[in-house]
Amino acid sequence: MSGKVETMTPELKAFIEEWKTKPGNLIMVLHRVQQTYGYIPREIAIETAELLDVPLAKIYGVVTFYNFFRLQKAGKYNVQVCLGTACYLRGGDDIIKEFEKELGVGVNTTTPDGLFSVEAVRCLGCCGLAPVAVVNGEVHGKLETKNVAGIIDQYRKLG
Amino acid sequence: MAFESYVLVCGGTACCSGGADNIVEAFASELAAAGLKDKVQVVKTGCLGFCEQGPIVKILPQGTFYVQVKAEDVKEIVAEHLVKGRVVQRLCYDPEQAKKLVAEANIPFYQKQYRIVLRNCGVIDPEKIDDYIARDGYKAIEKVLFEMTPEQVVDEILKSGLRGRGGAGFPTGMKWKFAMMQPKGQKYMVCNADEGDPGAYMDRSTLEGDPHSILEAMIIAGYAIGASKGFIYIRAEYPLAIRRLEVAIEQATELGLLGKDILGSGFDFEIELRFGAGAFVCGEETALLQSIEGNRGMPKPRPPFPAVKGLWGRPTVINNVETLANIPVIINKGADWFNKIGTATTKGTKVFALTGKVNNSGLIEVPMGTTLREIIFDVGGGIRGGHQFKAAQTGGPSGGIIPPQFLDTPIDYESLAKIGSIMGSGGLIVMDETDCVVDIAKFYLDFTVDESCGKCAPCRIGGRKLLNYLNKITDGRGTEDDIVQMQNISDAMCKASLCGLGQTASNPVKSTLRYFMDEYMEHIRDKKCRSGKCSKLISYTIDPAKCKGCTACARKCPAGAISGAVKTPHVIDQSKCIKCGACEATCKFGAISHG
Repeated sequence: MSGKVETMTPELKAFIEEWKTKPGNLIMVLHRVQQTYGYIPREIAIETAELLDVPLAKIYGVVTFYNFFRLQKAGKYNVQVCLGTACYLRGGDDIIKEFEKELGVGVNTTTPDGLFSVEAVRCLGCCGLAPVAVVNGEVHGKLETKNVAGIIDQYRKLG
Repeated sequence: MAFESYVLVCGGTACCSGGADNIVEAFASELAAAGLKDKVQVVKTGCLGFCEQGPIVKILPQGTFYVQVKAEDVKEIVAEHLVKGRVVQRLCYDPEQAKKLVAEANIPFYQKQYRIVLRNCGVIDPEKIDDYIARDGYKAIEKVLFEMTPEQVVDEILKSGLRGRGGAGFPTGMKWKFAMMQPKGQKYMVCNADEGDPGAYMDRSTLEGDPHSILEAMIIAGYAIGASKGFIYIRAEYPLAIRRLEVAIEQATELGLLGKDILGSGFDFEIELRFGAGAFVCGEETALLQSIEGNRGMPKPRPPFPAVKGLWGRPTVINNVETLANIPVIINKGADWFNKIGTATTKGTKVFALTGKVNNSGLIEVPMGTTLREIIFDVGGGIRGGHQFKAAQTGGPSGGIIPPQFLDTPIDYESLAKIGSIMGSGGLIVMDETDCVVDIAKFYLDFTVDESCGKCAPCRIGGRKLLNYLNKITDGRGTEDDIVQMQNISDAMCKASLCGLGQTASNPVKSTLRYFMDEYMEHIRDKKCRSGKCSKLISYTIDPAKCKGCTACARKCPAGAISGAVKTPHVIDQSKCIKCGACEATCKFGAISHG
């Protein structure tokens, strides 16, 4: 985790102002926060609570309820390994173990260099390609454990 | 046709990851080079369904169907097929038959399918409203707004027999009727596109391939129930579907099909997107509404039903994507056309995401009443790798496991309920003999325990207890009494849980206990897992007759569990063995086996 203090971007602030009066805005605003920073930083959560005039506890209540929101910054390359049923049957759990082994980190943790993080996700909706991993939106399908090291190298080379 | 030929490139998620974008680009440049730019149009469509064989390219008007196409193949397709009119045989689908199958209609995967919901998927460019309009799109709106009263629309849907495709199968027309009968005032129309069932992607494909059909259906529903505002609650994990919906809403608004005074009829309707954030419980109507309101997605007791008191306390109808995709067709072709398809109690078709150990994974749509055997063996091409069919699971974590003796059950809501499963939203997962049913039950319970919102005790505590028992059994510590306890807990969860998640969470356990009790008993009494999935129950042994005493396994064993002198047969100390399988992988003589 980086110790960097995030500051609210003008775009985000404008977005919050725009949504402020709409009922049921909190989840949409949090999506935008996560899109901006890659996670929900505490200082931004506090500022958002003030801007929307909702208790901070409510924001954390929502953030921790939903799987999609994260409180820690993901790696530059976020590896999402699908553990939906189809992927599970075709060996998704072996794929995730291989990623953990190759990267030396557990699920929901980021490598010390900040380059990779591993996440287990529920169905990505490409069951035809099972087992599947998605790295920053790029789908890698029909995986075997022997492919994992190559995929990591491919991103590591990009830096 | 304005063009002589059309090249349809599947732009579903599976094909995109296989390089569909590069194929589209390659076609564009090759066609330009061949001077065919004005004669052949390239369209990137929604999912064609045959994901197993992607990327897929289809050429019209001949209907030639090319599978596993790569960008390098495009030059040949253009030169041979589009210039000389000769089919590129090597790219056609060939299911182990000598005769190459050329057209889509000849491929067994498509023969038993009947497409209503997916009528436009893989046919139109989902980002062009004109493509949709050309295929009778938005025609139903005109009919509804100018020729029908809201009551007539509701009656038509009631008469069609359409039932909710989200899983429970509640008659759609009834839902609409309840909301319509509420006093005038602010009402809401909500589309549930929060497809959270692991192993299912029907809604995703529909939204990506034919977004306008959902908008059209929502406008019709809004008119029928008297709502002027609609929300599409969609998974944030589906960025492509979100983008296509945003494009579609913008285009429809531009043409006056959304917004104030639609087509001059005086009816106003607008649609907003709201993103889900990954909570399975939000498939439950009342939890979904909580989420749209910006809260934790916790269900509420019913009644009051959302049709009476829903979003912000106002009457609200919530329909699933697949349900809505049927609506414009029913309006255009009439209820009497629709209710002739299907079985006595269940009309129309069902889209399934057919996955697991089947040869042709993909997105399929079949008439209700089709049997599981037809789906798995005819459409799905049977079990992959020459394995045996063991079971199928419908309804995901809320459904049951269906054993081979029910393969000839015609699919409808009632027949599936009778054999202990549910229709569910459309996940259909096929298992073979290498899958362990106890392990599968554990997989689903693990999911529902994780996704339980924790509001009511039967689901929160019962689910956890069930999972503990399953862990005990797969670890080899189970007792026969555990089975009795599991049955009691399952029944209690069904009866006492607040919402559908808890009420159905024990279905995988109940159905596996019902049909595969012998396998549970093997785990408990014999400490054995016949599929070898439950690693703690595996024991590795060395065949002394085959062992040459090479010491390779002993050196590889991380636990130091293998002993023996050089050139004499080795032995595994079972108490030290951690069941990693390294020895078996190392042995060159095939002397080590597990069971």
